Amino acid sequence: MPDFSSDIYVFILAAFLGLEVIKRVSPMLHTPLMSLTNAISAISVIAAIELAGEQRTTLSTILGTAAVAAASTNIIGGFMITDRMLKMFKTRGVKK
Amino acid sequence: MNLLLALHSTPERETTSVFVTATFVVAAVLFVLALKWLSAPKTARRGNIAGEIGMAAAIIGALLQYHVVSYEWIVVGFVIGGLLGAPMAIWMPMTAVPQRTALSHAFGALAAALVGSAHYYLFDLKHAPPPHIIMAFLCLEVLLGGLTFTGSLMACGKLQEILPTRPIVWKNQNVYNLAILGLAVLCGIALTAHPQASWLFPILLVLSVTFGVLLIVPIGGADMPTVIALLNSYAGLSASMMGFVLGSKLLIIAGALDGASGFILSVIMCRAMNRSFTNVLFGAFGQPQASSAAASEKKTVRSIAPDEAAQILDAARNVIVIPGYGMAVAQAQHKVRELYDQLALRGIDVKFAIHPVAGRMPGHMNVLLAEAEIPYDRLAEMDEINGDFPQCDVALVVGANDVVNPAARHDKSSPIYGMPILNADKAKTVIAIKRSMKPGFAGIDNELYTLDHTLMLFGDAKVVLAGVAKELSENGR
Repeated sequence: MPDFSSDIYVFILAAFLGLEVIKRVSPMLHTPLMSLTNAISAISVIAAIELAGEQRTTLSTILGTAAVAAASTNIIGGFMITDRMLKMFKTRGVKK
Repeated sequence: MNLLLALHSTPERETTSVFVTATFVVAAVLFVLALKWLSAPKTARRGNIAGEIGMAAAIIGALLQYHVVSYEWIVVGFVIGGLLGAPMAIWMPMTAVPQRTALSHAFGALAAALVGSAHYYLFDLKHAPPPHIIMAFLCLEVLLGGLTFTGSLMACGKLQEILPTRPIVWKNQNVYNLAILGLAVLCGIALTAHPQASWLFPILLVLSVTFGVLLIVPIGGADMPTVIALLNSYAGLSASMMGFVLGSKLLIIAGALDGASGFILSVIMCRAMNRSFTNVLFGAFGQPQASSAAASEKKTVRSIAPDEAAQILDAARNVIVIPGYGMAVAQAQHKVRELYDQLALRGIDVKFAIHPVAGRMPGHMNVLLAEAEIPYDRLAEMDEINGDFPQCDVALVVGANDVVNPAARHDKSSPIYGMPILNADKAKTVIAIKRSMKPGFAGIDNELYTLDHTLMLFGDAKVVLAGVAKELSENGR
């Protein structure tokens, strides 16, 4: 039986840290926040890379490749659109 | 070789090199910093870059793990992802951001469900069945991933208006839906107890994707901000569950951050509508209220033309603009900007009052106004601007409806009673741009439109605003 206690502590601490940090995000930026966290959670790509790269069975390779495609759509698209949105937020003086 | 048999002994812990671990730690730190820097527009882009670097580091680390033996399929996956993701990010109009966000939740959840399924079928069920606790996390991963995948696709379809945006309801709907969820949970419990019962796994998959569809069917367009936030949270949690299955702290952390973010946003959305989670998910809000709000005797409305509106605005000293979903539908944000320019030229103080649930996702209006290059220091949240309305000469409502309905304050029979609203009615004059007198998503009459100091400006927001701005520019300096 694997030891889960440290994983559970990590989860709880990360969740509380997330709540504290995200509470401070300006409501103005809630849309970019959503696309950024979405891109970040596409970190599941690392598990997909293992599956697609280990090539243990045909099924796991197919599922892994599909998962790499799905996750990398979010990584590439998510960071790009977040940047595109954030670039738009300007104060006065930049353009009258 | 023993890796093949013993996924559950979490090979990462034994076989990951120091370098790979270091990249994962760096990624985790950068992800937290990314969210921290997102707190203000000034540092936000730095936050996004931190996220990108963290992701790149983690991907390099993952590619260098020694049990990754072949790269061709990984490359294929990335190419497909790039071809799908990049065009969406570059050309998607800002008004379609809610759809794209829903779609990206679907992709994230799909990845989790696929990875979970692959891991299940990699177990050597006969000789080395996975420990029960691993199976419990794996079932949760697949359940959350599956329901979020189809749920988000449905949400995307409703936002894109491929599917009807009105809630679709039938008798005992909640009972059936909960029964399906219950069955899925039972399947998960059975699989946890007997990981060898592989016939149950496809059933778990089918039940969870079915529940995802049914969950969204009864939800109307006005509730989309909450639902998108909730799906965001589920997608994050499924990534965390994957982390538990694999013993990957990085996955657990990133998933928990995403889950926390979605959770906070959905709480904010619920609070802004004075409703609970259960009410949003099972209340089927926004169905036509079948004249139950009867006895609304026909009150007279005063309607004006764009040139009259221009004169009134010209004479004002301060104006508060209240954008809503109607502005997004009419793609009127650039015309709002032209009007803003004209008013600013005259030294009129213009602010934008943004209700938390205006639009179809959290922060939707801010992004649209920012796209139209309206300085973000002109955008104000509900709490900070509500006190300004009594001193405000003109409140200009552009395609907002329920968020400015005074009935929310006093009419106990109104479905939106208790919802915090923008006090547009307290302004000296209210100008409301609207296509017709059709009620909004909540399907209720808006008292604001029949007040004595309210003037209706009927027409498409884009056309009407262009008319007002043109009038001002011709008569101005």
